[in-house]
Amino acid sequence: MSAFVWLTILTALRILARNRMRAGLTMLGIVIGVAAVIAMVSIGEGAKQAVQAQIATMGTNVIIIFPGVTSASGVRGSQGSAVTLTVSDALDLKKRIPLLSDTGWAKRDVMQIVYGNRNWNGTVNGVSPSYLTIRDWSFTSGDPFTQTDVESAARVALIGQTIVGNLFEPGEEPVGAVIRIKNVPFRVIGVLAPKGQSAQGSDQDDVIFIPFSTAERKVFGTSFIGSVGAMFGSTDQVEDLPMAAEQIREVLRARHRLQAEQEDDFTIRTQVDIGKVQEGTSETLTMMLFAIASVSLLVGGIGIMNILLVSVTERTREIGVRMAVGAKRRHIVMQFLIEAMTLSLVGGVLGIILGVTGAKLTTLIAGWPTIISGNVILLAFFFSLVVGLFFGLYPANKASRLNPIEALRYE
Amino acid sequence: MMSALIQCEDVWKIYRVGDMEVQALRGLSLTIEQGEFVAIMGSSGSGKSTLMNILGCLDQPTKGRYRLNGIEASNLKPDQLAGIRNQQIGFVFQSFNLIPRTSALENAQLPLFYRGLSLKEQRAQAAAALGRVGLQGREHHYPTQLSGGQQQRVAIARALVTSPSLLLADEPTGNLDTQSSQEIMRILDQLNRDEGITIILVTHEVDIAAYAAREIVIKDGQVLSDRLTKTRPTPSPVGG
Ligand SMILES: Nc1ncnc2c1ncn2[C@@H]1O[C@H](COP(=O)(O)OP(=O)(O)O)[C@@H](O)[C@H]1O
Ligand SMILES: [Mg+2]
Repeated sequence: MSAFVWLTILTALRILARNRMRAGLTMLGIVIGVAAVIAMVSIGEGAKQAVQAQIATMGTNVIIIFPGVTSASGVRGSQGSAVTLTVSDALDLKKRIPLLSDTGWAKRDVMQIVYGNRNWNGTVNGVSPSYLTIRDWSFTSGDPFTQTDVESAARVALIGQTIVGNLFEPGEEPVGAVIRIKNVPFRVIGVLAPKGQSAQGSDQDDVIFIPFSTAERKVFGTSFIGSVGAMFGSTDQVEDLPMAAEQIREVLRARHRLQAEQEDDFTIRTQVDIGKVQEGTSETLTMMLFAIASVSLLVGGIGIMNILLVSVTERTREIGVRMAVGAKRRHIVMQFLIEAMTLSLVGGVLGIILGVTGAKLTTLIAGWPTIISGNVILLAFFFSLVVGLFFGLYPANKASRLNPIEALRYE
Repeated sequence: MMSALIQCEDVWKIYRVGDMEVQALRGLSLTIEQGEFVAIMGSSGSGKSTLMNILGCLDQPTKGRYRLNGIEASNLKPDQLAGIRNQQIGFVFQSFNLIPRTSALENAQLPLFYRGLSLKEQRAQAAAALGRVGLQGREHHYPTQLSGGQQQRVAIARALVTSPSLLLADEPTGNLDTQSSQEIMRILDQLNRDEGITIILVTHEVDIAAYAAREIVIKDGQVLSDRLTKTRPTPSPVGG
């Protein structure tokens, strides 16, 4: 860079240091704007990744089919309230739709579980063996149940980490232990690996799986044999989800003999749909913060313009002298633009520091995950530069158009 | 044949203030050769500063021609005029016009700043210019830490740092006491004699004008009288 630019930057910094209070107040808008951008993107990215991680715990390329109608507001009648989905629906879907790599089904209820002198109200799920693979459950010890267990309606159970924590002593091996569900003894044959919270915020580890046949015949006391609480399907490719969902709809409508004008008596959700809902909420938040950031940057920019106009007036004589000794228009324009950009850049850097600190504090205090990316910092830096440039243009241009004689005579 | 440094032919400067017309210069003609030391005198409002501004390429005549070093300056663009000021002209003002809170060295550097010289060269030349006006050791003083006479010497250093062919001084001693005025005039006289810099000086005071070799009196925007003053003052035994 030329000596001219360096010296101008130095001069700008000196003027800034001289009027620290004034410069500080001027920069406030930029500082807040940039800090808001950094904080908003860091928190937004953190939330997005957390949600994606939660959605991934649902399994891979999963389609869920609930019985019952979805009202316009999206609220479903309580799960299983309508007896519209059956095991034979699920089997037929798999047979008729090649896109589906597998289908599974489940039915659940909250029940008292007893082990020794401890008890716990946990969610008991009667599931098909395929359910465990579709939902990507893995095991810390033991094994899943087999087709033989299903056919014989064996009293075997797989238990989640929350159940383990509430019924067993630390270090005690649950596999092989006998627990009682609604007073029926079950042998624990596997312990599930933890999944944490679901995207909707429920504890996915507070769960017991038993064979669907066992649940129907020995625990739930179901009046409609073969009815399920929910069906699950999976595809090999995520792109196939919408097509598979549409085909499921057609098959089910045909099987349920629904007329053209009748509504579906079931609801289909794909993993992608659920992800979209979650991203939607974090997008609303991001938009709001974006609005705050833009307003702050605008206010900051106007502040810079204002202070520069004051500076041009205060330094009219100086401008006159510079013109007299040979400053061309572009020299004067450059000088004030560099001053404006120095102001906005210093503000931007302070804003970056404040924003990063804010994001870190959010993680520390509220426990929200945040992700600070280098790109955002670069963007904030660039943004403050542009604000300085844009709002510096008018004062700089004004200064450069002064008449040297009048400027020299200015009191 | 070498042309004169300054050639004014029928120069008019007319200011319009509302409906009023002020004729600050009325068909003024003037020739000044390279190396002259000229004093311009005249009552207040006679048009001296207006003339100086035109000679210094800060302003342009409303009518007429002004040639500096053979270049027609009356129809140049603002940036071209700025270039000429930077290359050929040095200004010394009555009110010094130093940039506040900026060191003597940086003030003297200012014209070089717009020449794209390296920082090192700028500093070296500015320091040398300050030395020529007797301010070595004061490079890092701010204007407020200098006396009026010293401030005006910084201004002279700033004017001569580019080795201009023309130095214009509009009442340079107007704000100074007698002793400082004499010091300033000795410096200007020396620059004119030793380095051949053409100096045009506006003053009201006869003993200041006496340093010059030629005296032009302006009245109502025209040259009233123009004469060579034979005697130049012998270097003063005081100081020096
Ligand atoms: N910018 C201007 N607008 C209007 N009138 C001006 C302007 N500058 C100078 N004048 C007028 O021109 C005349 C000459 O002014 P000036 O050259 O400053 O005189 P001097 O320097 O000899 O005192 C005066 O009558 C002054 O009022
Ligand atoms: Mg005057």
